Amino acid sequence: MDSKEQKQSSKENYRKWQVSRRRLLQFMGAAGATAAIAPFLPSVFAKVSAGPSADTDPSATNGTGTARLRKWAMVIDLRRCDGCQGIDLPPQCTEACVEGHYAPEPMQFIQVYEHELHGEGTQFIPTPCMQCQNAPCVNVCPVGATFATPEGVILVDQQRCIGCRMCMAACPYDRRFFTWSKPPQPAEALFSEYDPEHQFPLPRGVTVKCNFCPHLARSGKLPYCAQACPSSAIYYGDLEEDIATNGAEVVKLSHFLAENQSYQLKADLGTKPRVYYIPGHGEAVGRSPYRTGRKPSRWPWQEKIEGAQTWTR
Amino acid sequence: MDKVKNDRREELERTVLRPLTRTGKGYYLVVGFLVLVVLWGLYAYSTQFRNGLIVTGMRDRILWGFYIILFVFFIGISHAGTLISAILRVVKAQWRTPVTRMAEFITVVALSVGGLMPIIDLGRPDRIPNLVLFGRWQSPILWDVLSITTYLTGSIIYLYLPLIPDLALCRDRLGKEASAWKRGFYRIASIGWQGTQRQKRYLSIAMASMMVLIIPVAVSVHTVVSWIFAMTLREAWNSTVFGAYFVAGAIFSGIAAIIIIMAILRRAFHLERYITNQHFINLGYMMGGFTLIMMYFNVSEYVVTGYKMAGETSFHFLQLMAREYAPFFWMYTIGGMVVPGLIILFPRTRTFKGVLIAAGFVLVGMWLERFIIVVAGLRVPLMPYEPSWYLPTWVEWSIMAGAFAMFGLVIAIFSKLVPVISVWEVAEQYEEAEALETAPPHGGRQPATQPLHVEGASGTAPAPGDTAGGMP
Repeated sequence: MDSKEQKQSSKENYRKWQVSRRRLLQFMGAAGATAAIAPFLPSVFAKVSAGPSADTDPSATNGTGTARLRKWAMVIDLRRCDGCQGIDLPPQCTEACVEGHYAPEPMQFIQVYEHELHGEGTQFIPTPCMQCQNAPCVNVCPVGATFATPEGVILVDQQRCIGCRMCMAACPYDRRFFTWSKPPQPAEALFSEYDPEHQFPLPRGVTVKCNFCPHLARSGKLPYCAQACPSSAIYYGDLEEDIATNGAEVVKLSHFLAENQSYQLKADLGTKPRVYYIPGHGEAVGRSPYRTGRKPSRWPWQEKIEGAQTWTR
Repeated sequence: MDKVKNDRREELERTVLRPLTRTGKGYYLVVGFLVLVVLWGLYAYSTQFRNGLIVTGMRDRILWGFYIILFVFFIGISHAGTLISAILRVVKAQWRTPVTRMAEFITVVALSVGGLMPIIDLGRPDRIPNLVLFGRWQSPILWDVLSITTYLTGSIIYLYLPLIPDLALCRDRLGKEASAWKRGFYRIASIGWQGTQRQKRYLSIAMASMMVLIIPVAVSVHTVVSWIFAMTLREAWNSTVFGAYFVAGAIFSGIAAIIIIMAILRRAFHLERYITNQHFINLGYMMGGFTLIMMYFNVSEYVVTGYKMAGETSFHFLQLMAREYAPFFWMYTIGGMVVPGLIILFPRTRTFKGVLIAAGFVLVGMWLERFIIVVAGLRVPLMPYEPSWYLPTWVEWSIMAGAFAMFGLVIAIFSKLVPVISVWEVAEQYEEAEALETAPPHGGRQPATQPLHVEGASGTAPAPGDTAGGMP
C-alpha cells in the first residue's frame, strides 16, 4: 500500500466517521431518552398488567360501600397475655393462625416471645407482623413483591417474589419466613386460587409473613389470632373509624391507646408500626412474672400430610 | 542500534506469543482438573435447583451465607483490575505496563463469577426477568444490578481496547502456527487494525476516556454492594463508613489477587524477563499502603460503635472479639492486615516470596472479613430468641470450589487466546526509552500530536509513522 492510497482510504474512513458520528449522536440521544424513562417502565407495565384492581378501589375494599378507607390496626394487651400458661396449652393465637393459614413448620406468623423483665421474671409478647407504615421490607424489595395496600396492610405476592431475602434482612422484627423447600400444603390449599391475602398455595423459594387477615376483617370477623385468644388480649380495629374490639368489648382506639401507656416495638427505628402494645406480664389473668416458660408451638394440620419436609428457623 | 532494538522486540513477541501456539501437558492437567471441579460445582447447583435452598445451611435467621460472601469477595477482587490499571494509567506509572492486561482480565472474570453468585442465592432463579419487568429503583438490589452490569460492560470495553493492537499482532504474526478458528478470531477481533496514525489516535482517545470513566463506576459498584447491608435496620451493619470500607477492602483484596495470579502466570509462561520481582514489590507497596487504610477503617468502624455500646453492639462485639467468631475476627485483623503489613514493612521480607505470602494472607483475611460481616452480622438476634448457627453444607462448599475453579479456568483459557502481556504497550515503552537515549533534549518532534498521546511523556512521543503494532 503506497502512502497516497493510504491517505485516500483514510479520508474515506474519515467521511464514514463523520456520517456515523451523526448517527452515533442520534443513537446516543435515543439511548439517553430510553435510559431516562426506563425507571418508570416497570410501573407502567404493572399498571397495564394489573388493570382495574380491588386494591385501588376503596369502595370495594372496606366492604361497606362507602368511600371510607380502613386503616387496620392491632392492640395487644400484655396485661392479659400469660402465654397460655393458664390453660396449659401452646399459645392459642399462634395455633389458630397456623391452622387458618396452613402455615408450615417452623412458621409462626404471630410468635409469642418470652422477654425478660428488669429484675427477674418474664413477660410474653405475641408478635405478628408490625404492618409498618414506613416498612423496611417494602422499601428494599427489588420487584415490588412486598407491597402495602391502601389500607396499610403489608402483603407479599408470592407469585412475583424472586427469593432474594433482602426483605428478611431488612425486617427488624424477625417477622419474615422463607420456604426453604417445597412447603407441605393441604389439599384445600392446593385447590384454592392464589391470593396474597391468604398466601396459599405456597410455592418454594419465596418469603411468607403475617398478612393481618384483611379478608376476615372485610367480612366482619377478627383475625384468627384475636378470635382464638382465650383471655381476649388482642384487639383489632380501624384507626380511621377509631374503633377496635377483642370480640368481648369495643373500645375507642385513640383513647384506649392514650390511657394505657401504649407503645410500639422498636419505635425508635422509625418504622411506624400499626401494632401497639399495652405493657404488662399477664397480671390481669393472674400470671406471676416469675413463672417462666410456655408450651412449644404445634402445627397440627401438618400431621395429616405425609412426608412433610420441615426445617428449623 | 536498530538491530538491538529489533532483537529486543522480537524476543518480547516470541516469549509472549509462545503460549498461544504451544501448550504443554501441565496446562491440560490443570485445565482438566479445573473442569472437573466446575462440573462438580454444577452438580451441586443442580441438587440445589431440584430441592431448593433447603440443601444449604442458610435459614430464616442467618439468611445469607457463602453465596453472598463470595459475591462480595469476587466483586472485591474485580476492583483489582480496573482500579490498578486505570489509576496507574492515569498517574502514568511506567512500571504498570506488563501488569495491566492481567489486572483488567481479572476484573472481567471476577465480575462475571461474582455476578453469578446472587443468582445462585435466589430462591426463584426462574423469576429473574421480574427484575426487569417489575424492577424498583428504590431497592438496593436494583442499584447493584445496574452498577454491576455497567461495570462489566465498561470493563469488557476497557479490556478490549488495549487488546486490539495485540490481536492484530497475533493475526499478522501467528500464521499457520495458530489453528484456523483462532486465526479467524484474531482477524475479526482486531477489527482491521493496521497501526496507522489515525487508528492509534482514536485508540488513545478511547482508552483515555475509558480509564477516567471506569474509576467512578468501580467505586460506585462496591459502594452499592455495601449498601445491600448498610440499608437494613441491623445494628451490626448500621454504618455510614460501609461504602468506603468496602471500596478500600475491594481494592486491597484485588491487589492480592493480582499478585497471586501474576505469579502463577509468570511461572507458567516464563515471563520473568517482563514481570520482574520489582513489579511484585511495587504491587506489595500498594498492598502495604492499603493495610494501613484498612486498619484505619476498622478502627473507625469498631471504635465509634464500641465506645457507645448502643443496642445490640455488645452482643456483636462479644461474638466477634471473644466468643464464637473470635478466631475468624483475629485471623482477619492480625493475619489479614497486621502480618502482611509487617511483611511489606521490613526490607528483609519485602521480596517476591514475601509479597506472595502476604497476598495469600490478605486474600484469606478478606474472605474472612466478608464472612464476619455477613454471617456474624445476621446472627445478632433481633428478638428474644436463641442466636442461631450457620453451618455451610457440602452444596455450598462445592459451589464455592466450583466458583474458584471457574475463575481459574476462564483465566487459563484466556491466556491461550490472547497475549497476557500488552505487547504493544511494552514495545512503545522501549521506543520511548530509546527515543530518550537518541533524541536531542529539544527534538524537532511535531507538537501537534503530543496532547493526544496520553502514553507518551511530553517530548518523548514516538515520531509519527512509527508503528507499534508489530509491523516490520
